[in-house]
Amino acid sequence: MISGDGEGGSVEMETETTAAASAAVSATATAAATATATAAATTTAPDALLTVEHLSIRFGGLLAVDDLSFSALPGEITAIIGPNGAGKTTVFNCLTGFYSPDVGRLLMRHSDGAEVYLERLESDQIARRGRLARTFQNVRLFPRMTVLENLLVAQHAELMRGSLYTVGGLFSLPSYRRAQQAAVEKACRYLNLVGLLSRADEEAGALAHGAQRRLEIARALCSDPVLLCLDEPAAGLNPSESKTLRHFLRRICEEEGLAILLIEHDMGVVMGISDHIVVLDYGRKISEGTPEEVAGDPRVIAAYLGEEDADDGSTSSTAATA
Amino acid sequence: MTQDLRAILIELGITGLIAAALVFPLITLRTIDSFEGLTINARWLPSVLAVALVVLGRFGLILLRYERSAIALAGGAAAMLAAAYAWSSDLPLSKLFEVFLFAGGLFLFARAAIQWLVIARGVERARIDTARADAALALRRAIPLAAAVVVVFVAFLPWLPFSSIYMLDVGILILTYVLLGWGLNIIVGYAGLLDLGYVAFYAVGAYAYAIFAVNFGLSFWWCLPLAGLLAGISGLILGFPVLRLRGDYFAIVTLGFGEIVRLVLINWSAVTRGPDGISSIPRPSLFGVAEFNKRATGDLPLFHEMLGIPFSPEHRIIFLYYLVFTLSALVAIFTLRIRTLPIGRAWEALREDDIASASLGLNRTRIKLVAFGISAAWGGFAGAFFATRQGFISPESFTFIESAIVLSIVVLGGMGSLVGIAIAAALLIGLPEVFRELSEFRMVAYGGGLVLIMVWRPRGLLSFREPSVRLFDRRGRMRFAAEGYAVGDSPLAAPAPTTATATAMTAAPAAPATGGGAVGEGSVVRQKPTGSKG
Ligand SMILES: Nc1ncnc2c1ncn2[C@@H]1O[C@H](COP(=O)(O)OP(=O)(O)O)[C@@H](O)[C@H]1O
Ligand SMILES: [Mg+2]
Repeated sequence: MISGDGEGGSVEMETETTAAASAAVSATATAAATATATAAATTTAPDALLTVEHLSIRFGGLLAVDDLSFSALPGEITAIIGPNGAGKTTVFNCLTGFYSPDVGRLLMRHSDGAEVYLERLESDQIARRGRLARTFQNVRLFPRMTVLENLLVAQHAELMRGSLYTVGGLFSLPSYRRAQQAAVEKACRYLNLVGLLSRADEEAGALAHGAQRRLEIARALCSDPVLLCLDEPAAGLNPSESKTLRHFLRRICEEEGLAILLIEHDMGVVMGISDHIVVLDYGRKISEGTPEEVAGDPRVIAAYLGEEDADDGSTSSTAATA
Repeated sequence: MTQDLRAILIELGITGLIAAALVFPLITLRTIDSFEGLTINARWLPSVLAVALVVLGRFGLILLRYERSAIALAGGAAAMLAAAYAWSSDLPLSKLFEVFLFAGGLFLFARAAIQWLVIARGVERARIDTARADAALALRRAIPLAAAVVVVFVAFLPWLPFSSIYMLDVGILILTYVLLGWGLNIIVGYAGLLDLGYVAFYAVGAYAYAIFAVNFGLSFWWCLPLAGLLAGISGLILGFPVLRLRGDYFAIVTLGFGEIVRLVLINWSAVTRGPDGISSIPRPSLFGVAEFNKRATGDLPLFHEMLGIPFSPEHRIIFLYYLVFTLSALVAIFTLRIRTLPIGRAWEALREDDIASASLGLNRTRIKLVAFGISAAWGGFAGAFFATRQGFISPESFTFIESAIVLSIVVLGGMGSLVGIAIAAALLIGLPEVFRELSEFRMVAYGGGLVLIMVWRPRGLLSFREPSVRLFDRRGRMRFAAEGYAVGDSPLAAPAPTTATATAMTAAPAAPATGGGAVGEGSVVRQKPTGSKG
């Protein structure tokens, strides 16, 4: 049957990093503390769409996200980067209600002035009330349904209303036919945008990996988000696909007026299109800024380039002192 | 092949031993109820034959492994001939044995024929596969027509020259299970929840009908919707706590609920009359106009007197037959319709991936609850029909085995396929009735059938899924004349001589994707300066 802990699958795989993580957290505690202090000053922008403040979540003994604050501005691409196990996906899971944070405030400020605190919503209310849509690190489509059906599911609420909560749909009332027509048209628009219109009637699970990733983005767009959260959208794409994806993201960001929150390992993608980058390491924010600023930050270089060495060093030094 | 003789003999020996171990308790030992009490009688001849049959079948498969398809072909044909001869003569063999002999021969023959075509005639494997795929597609296309023919046949069955009361009785039984299967299909096939306690709703419907009819004297036409409603409400009540559970836990708790309902029926004697059950449940009248009895019991006129024809018990049976036929048709139409509505798609989305569904704003509990309520209501209708047909119900009729039978009908038929479920119901309920001899092996046949289907068609007899909505019709034209979406070219589509929109719109659904190409020159892309680290 359906099991809900697919995301947790990565948890088991990454348990070896856990010990190293906690060791390193204590080792770099002082350095990180200064980093957060400087960061906190820069984050609280008044016109921010999403404001994350002091987000922390703990899994057993592991602080997966530790006092993280940042914000995402409308119409901008904000990237979250960091080594594997840094807590990026966990941030998304907090934003979309799959994990409830131990501490922290996740505020969406919409253009009409409405303020929505995401941490108070259930996972299935986030899409409508928070107007936040996401994709998953390991693509999660409805594989035995067609491409078009995948996009119609994303418009469930409108279609339900159009079908007068099924009653009108059963008798095929005009209001339902109108709603269906509108939903199909919207789906076609996004399918066309991701180049999948001609495959609308194929099973989603039968598409190639790159096409599935595009479909997942189209599906997220169909739910009318103002903030689109993409978890490693370029993973498993070939270089040319990754390049097209980059242009595509930039373009929907500008044309649809969306804000994008992007987790990505592909530095070409991140540096090429992000307006703002937040760097996580062991759950803490170690740097933040424009691509140039982040690329020149010695802490980022240490975390990224010297990842192996730093890890080995800190673990062995802890072992030596113990 | 000869150099492996030892290995082959060992394999045959092991097969024989396993067969003997299974055959001994199942076939050899037979209890006889004689006047000295229960004695055991050994049936050696059939046992030896059965073991020999298994060993021979294994040998046939070994022949295929060594690519001796000609011998296997001959062997398969011989087995079929022998079975046919045995069937027509009066050898002291069980019919079951002959059926197995024939089926085994047919299986061997078909496998050998394919192999022979591939090896001796040089037919490529790929061609056979495409031929198979074509046949499957043809079958798929033919299903609506075949289904229509069957529906017409079923609708006119009472008027066909060869129909009999017995046939109609079997038909009513099958249709009752079709009704139950289609009801359970909503939970299991669409919403993807393994419900092991469906019999609870069947029981609630039956008892609701019986209690309203006997205690309050309501007529069938009032009781039927009431029974459905009560069963639906009980579905919502039972569903609420269990729908938060997942997978195995859900299955086990529904199993428990099924038993709880049965125990309540046994122990709440004041209302349900306990283990004795409720008897003399009124039979349905002809829409409150006339009744089907020989002598008047109430103030309604008698059906046969009204028409001025002699009394026949057949009238009532034909009426019941049409009643359950109409109920099934109603459920089928409703199900086909709701499947294409947003709620139906939401059920399937939850089955496919409930995390993704939640992230798209689907309220999982509410959507599953609707499935539970509707499914339970259909189960209640079936229960009410059961009560009025039997005229007597007791908790005995609502044991776990009923849930298991209905569930195996749904699984065997192919979850989500109405036609497949109807076929499975006809096979699982009809065959044991028609082949009375088989019915003592009913459970063995169930198990065997399930295993065979797991091996050959792991997703059920008819497992393909018709999309709830299609964008393109068969000729590849768009069915929803859409204008609003045609904004700009597709940034992910390869640049084409015409605009991407135009090509995509006219392309057939089977056309290869145009994605993954470079970006058209016209699209404006703001390129950020790349950082030093990449
Ligand atoms: N549900 C969970 N239970 C326990 N540990 C978790 C869970 N989810 C994530 N983690 C842990 O939190 C850390 C961050 O994981 P994740 O957010 O997936 O990292 P990434 O930055 O690679 O996306 C990892 O060490 C992971 O093992
Ligand atoms: Mg991740």
